[in-house]
Amino acid sequence: MRIAVCLKRVPDTTTKILIGADGKSIDESGVKFVPNPYDEYALEEALKLKEAAGSGETVVYCLGGDAAQETIRTALAMGFDRGVLLQAAPTADGFEVAKALAADLKDGGFDLILFGKLAVDDYNHQVGVMVAELLERPCITAVSHLVVAGTAVTAEREIEGGIETVTASLPAVLSCEKGLNTPRLPSLKGIMAAKKKPLELKPVSLGAGSVTVLGLALPPERKPGQIVGEGPDAVPALVRLLREDAGVI
Amino acid sequence: MASYTPPDFYQIEGLLAEEERAVRDTVRAWVEEHLMPVIGSCYVEGRFPRELVPGLADLGVLGANLPEEYGCAGLNNVAYGLIMQELERGDSGIRSFASVQGALVMYPIHAFGSEDQRRHWLPALAAGRVIGCFGLTEPDYGSNPGGMITTARETRDGWVLNGAKMWITNGSQAGVAIVWAKTGDLKDPKSIRGFIVPTDTKGFSARDQKGKLSLRASDTSELVLQDVVLPRDALLPGSGGLKSPLQCLTQARYGIAWGALGAAMACYDEALRYGKQRVMFERPIAQTQIQQVRLADMITEITKAQLLVLQLGRLKDAGTMTPQQVSLAKRNNVDMACDCAREARRLLGANGILAEYHSMRHMANLESVYTYEGTHDMHTLILGEAITGLGAY
Ligand SMILES: Cc1cc2nc3c(=O)[nH]c(=O)nc-3n(C[C@H](O)[C@H](O)[C@H](O)COP(=O)(O)OP(=O)(O)OC[C@H]3O[C@@H](n4cnc5c(N)ncnc54)[C@H](O)[C@@H]3O)c2cc1C
Repeated sequence: MRIAVCLKRVPDTTTKILIGADGKSIDESGVKFVPNPYDEYALEEALKLKEAAGSGETVVYCLGGDAAQETIRTALAMGFDRGVLLQAAPTADGFEVAKALAADLKDGGFDLILFGKLAVDDYNHQVGVMVAELLERPCITAVSHLVVAGTAVTAEREIEGGIETVTASLPAVLSCEKGLNTPRLPSLKGIMAAKKKPLELKPVSLGAGSVTVLGLALPPERKPGQIVGEGPDAVPALVRLLREDAGVI
Repeated sequence: MASYTPPDFYQIEGLLAEEERAVRDTVRAWVEEHLMPVIGSCYVEGRFPRELVPGLADLGVLGANLPEEYGCAGLNNVAYGLIMQELERGDSGIRSFASVQGALVMYPIHAFGSEDQRRHWLPALAAGRVIGCFGLTEPDYGSNPGGMITTARETRDGWVLNGAKMWITNGSQAGVAIVWAKTGDLKDPKSIRGFIVPTDTKGFSARDQKGKLSLRASDTSELVLQDVVLPRDALLPGSGGLKSPLQCLTQARYGIAWGALGAAMACYDEALRYGKQRVMFERPIAQTQIQQVRLADMITEITKAQLLVLQLGRLKDAGTMTPQQVSLAKRNNVDMACDCAREARRLLGANGILAEYHSMRHMANLESVYTYEGTHDMHTLILGEAITGLGAY
């Protein structure tokens, strides 16, 4: 089983985000970057599938700047066999990213290509689906349970009010949802071994794209919470505040 | 409550290599996920969370700076220090477990053991299949271990050990004990040698130390050795004299200097968070001058301590670190951590005395850390001797 996972480097979700001087990008100084959390489900699933198959190759792909090598090495530390960094400056147009990834993935002979269902930095939900389309492969999004038997893929998706079960056959592209698995921590030996694993750097040039970011704004500051009291005695005060102050009941 | 935000006022992050950061972040995530949810109750119950040992071993935490050929992670000493920092950010008891296993049991087997002993013990200890303890202190010989009266008498086919050891971390949990004993005249500390003692050997017993008000999530025990008969190869052949156990202590103290820093960082984080949230006299208490003095003092001392251990680690990796430099770091960092924990606890008001918060647990734990591995006073005397050339103890 040959599996590729496409991984994005994103700001840690607990980082306090500041907007850069241009008003269109975030100020990266002092920001901690991590693998996109949804991609971690993809990483874990790939490793589990390879372990269950007993053989195969897991390859992690990332499109980004040089700093993304660190993100790739996180996957190598978890157990991936090798990494590929498509070196390019970030773009707001997911289609440009998808084209670059698809061009490289096309001849990789992958049975499965896995993505996170979205990247937490831009919430676009785009790239995985676009890559599937460009490669003319079946695509199942937001997978929360997965079984691969032979060339048959059976996936569950959480939809409004229920669970949908979908099948497709390999080769396929899937995007992963929270709940699919519990991503492992890289072991300390894995971290040391990752330094010695192959990481290929490939410069790519992206097209100009047809989507432009006009501006970024922070959400309005939330008012601090208030503890009204404890136990049943606090209920009347809480109800009054919800009615009079918050106006929600 | 939002997750732990470790202080880094001087951008020390940038002085760490990528894999050092990766190691730290892995252990930090493990502590957050596995230790933090249980540590409060373990502490209150006075229970070592032994169920966490396999997870720690799988990560590769045990003896992490020893070579890969013995099943260890082969990390450098800065990465090892960062592991200790993160473990003790959780609890000094868990860090103590890892310190003893790695620096006081695996290290001496690696440094003083035969190749057979290394191959036999190190992979099992790294994998957490066997827990180890280190018996140096005796009821009547604490700061002065050279006075010990535990004896090892050589026989035709091995050794017979007799004596008692006190305050032994992991003692009741251990499958193997590294026991230090005199092989010659009781007045001669040069005759001290190390022995590998499987704890199921006849005549060996361990008894839990009851009534501890500190390090409650750690096992501390008394060991009794009564005519413990050991084969010839129980001896660590490379050990000789008091300097051998002291060499182990240097390893452990190095980790303690990092660990105490982690406890201080945890207390600072808790105090800062609480101070900004807790409103009294219509303003957050962090907006009062007295609490800002507390927080400013803490971040200053933590920043100094961070730079101190990082340079110490770089010296250790370069092979030029001296035991006296370790004494300075242990002494400084544990003392400042005690202060941070106490001030954090006070800033938290009444909540500060609860097990639900962490500062008071750290405060009580750090009193053990202040005393073990050479008391604060003994490190003062070691430093005093190093700079004056005049021994005062
Ligand atoms: C929780 C815990 C875990 C421990 N784990 C281990 C372990 O795993 N293995 C092990 O071998 N030991 C262990 N110890 C023992 C520890 O190392 C000793 O407690 C320590 O060395 C101090 O010895 P003591 O308690 O006998 O104090 P003492 O040596 O009696 O000291 C009492 C006081 O006198 C001071 N003092 C002593 N000598 C002088 C001097 N010359 N000048 C001025 N002041 C002096 C000390 O600083 C201290 O304040 C542990 C201790 C604790 C509390």
